[in-house]
Amino acid sequence: MKTRQLGKTAKHNLITYAIVVIGFIVVQLLSSAGMISNSLSGQLVPICCYIIMAVSLNLTVGILGELSLGHAGFMSVGAFSSAFFSVCMQETITEPWLRLTLAIIIGAVAAGVAGLLVGIPVLRLQGDYLAIVTLAFGEIIKNVLNSLYIGVDGAGMHFSTKDSLSLNLAQGGRVIINGAQGITGTSKDSTFLMGFILIMITLFVVLNFIKSRSGRAVMSIRDNRIAAESVGINVTKYKLIAFSISAALAGAAGALYAHNYATIVAKKFDYNTSILVLVFVVVGGMGNIRGSIIAAAALTILPEVLRGMNDYRMLIYAIVLIVMMIFNQSPQMVEMRQRFTAKLPWKKAAKADAKGGK
Amino acid sequence: MQFVSFLVNGISLGSIYAIIALGYTMVYGIARMLNFAHGDVIMIGSYLVFVLMGSLGMPPFVAVLGAMVGCTLLGITIERIAYKPLREAPSLAVLITAIGVSYLLQNVALLIWGSNPKSFTSVVKMDPIRLFDGQLVITGETLATIIISVIIMIALTLFVNRTKMGRAMLAVSEDKGAAQLMGINVNRTISLTFAIGSALAAIAGVLLCSTYPTLQPTTGAMPGIKAFVAAVFGGIGSIPGAMLGGVLLGVIESLSKAYISSQMADAIVFGVLVIVLLVKPKGILGKAVKEKV
Repeated sequence: MKTRQLGKTAKHNLITYAIVVIGFIVVQLLSSAGMISNSLSGQLVPICCYIIMAVSLNLTVGILGELSLGHAGFMSVGAFSSAFFSVCMQETITEPWLRLTLAIIIGAVAAGVAGLLVGIPVLRLQGDYLAIVTLAFGEIIKNVLNSLYIGVDGAGMHFSTKDSLSLNLAQGGRVIINGAQGITGTSKDSTFLMGFILIMITLFVVLNFIKSRSGRAVMSIRDNRIAAESVGINVTKYKLIAFSISAALAGAAGALYAHNYATIVAKKFDYNTSILVLVFVVVGGMGNIRGSIIAAAALTILPEVLRGMNDYRMLIYAIVLIVMMIFNQSPQMVEMRQRFTAKLPWKKAAKADAKGGK
Repeated sequence: MQFVSFLVNGISLGSIYAIIALGYTMVYGIARMLNFAHGDVIMIGSYLVFVLMGSLGMPPFVAVLGAMVGCTLLGITIERIAYKPLREAPSLAVLITAIGVSYLLQNVALLIWGSNPKSFTSVVKMDPIRLFDGQLVITGETLATIIISVIIMIALTLFVNRTKMGRAMLAVSEDKGAAQLMGINVNRTISLTFAIGSALAAIAGVLLCSTYPTLQPTTGAMPGIKAFVAAVFGGIGSIPGAMLGGVLLGVIESLSKAYISSQMADAIVFGVLVIVLLVKPKGILGKAVKEKV
């Protein structure tokens, strides 16, 4: 036989890539046919961002097994550093795609470094305590960015934490990060295509990481830390690797997000955004990358679809969330579902096959 | 004198955090879940008082009592419908459900009362106290908050340590299975915990809105998070820890707002939390559990 047999994981991963590619093609076809409403097409880039966020958070929550409630903090580090770069370089680099690519790389690196710095203290803790400290760091990042003023003039960069006047800018200098008003004047470079490419890169990074030696080490820490330690796995090192990769990807998502709007403010990346992404991960299934993608896309589109119902849409969203969790996770429900699916005709046939095969 | 005044304000704010944190910590101790909807129960409690007092013209005391009953029923209902089916499920599943409940409560409030902030009339009818020739003014709200919190803390400590039901709660939080074997009705105990936590949330909501008189559907969110932090600060699951953590958090917040920067106050509060947890990973009064291999 010439064709090489694909492994189970490889097949699984290929399907995941295929879903994203098909999703992209379908959306492109629909939008060229004019079948996508304005409000929804405005959501395309944010959906890409949320998908990347969900996949990257899944690396922390599902693969590393540590609950993080401050993921939006890394997104905001990525968003601010990249937007700062692109506003500074607006005249120097005129090619939008090049500027965006560089901005995304800068955002990812900045967030990755932030992840490393935050990870060193955070990962010493365990369980709910770790979760609350990630929440704390998310809020700290938001607060610091909220009261940060940076301006540029001929003499270089000026920092302040008070207000834009105390920057003491020379004539012709301009304020780039203006405290709670954030960064204004970012060029809207992000496109759906770029989002798609970034999702594919994220998937490539995450799926290969999971399959790699480091990924297996990380999962062994999740399953039993003590056993992993006893076979010589450096727990701190692998935890930090996973956490920083997750933060860097969140930074890339933040960069993409920032370049979709003319203004970004730190308030956008608060605790609620972290929770929103966590919801995607848990609804999609922890450790299941494909699930995160589908959940992120579906749950971002859901409020848009429900837009006609105006006041009731978030109410319905909440109810969907509760019902879905009870239906998926409650032991009684799971048992009931299994009994029900066992009765379906094709399942019966499969079972008979399996029995006959043995 | 200014310092004392900031300190008193901090203790008052901290007492509110402490009352909310008690709800978090009791529920966590018993059900091992982070009840994210707790902050929104506070908000519902405040709205109930607002309606009972403002629209129905009830006297403040009756209105607060009504809100406590309302919140207790709400807490028990939430527990029955949303959390009970998931008791054996992974803890993250319950966490997400709690977030769902939180969204639900916020949006129900949004539908009923709208997003415009309502101005809340203080339920405290006490004149401010002037000390040291008027250099130190303590408002009635501040004083009432501190007094009520002290009463609640003493009552709760007595209840938990001296009564049969309170001890049942301790037993369930220690070991659910063993408690059940000793004839304790675990389900009823968990419901009772939610009831007490929610009733406390109603009181906290009233005190919070009496001091900071704007009321909107997101009112409960931030105090909820802060109180959650306070609970972890003191060692989650520990009742004295929640009280201590709450008061400390309030004082730190008030003092850093006054002396360092009002914008950075939250960052400082969370920074202190991070440092405390790094030194004492189980919180100030948390019990360190030895890991058995």
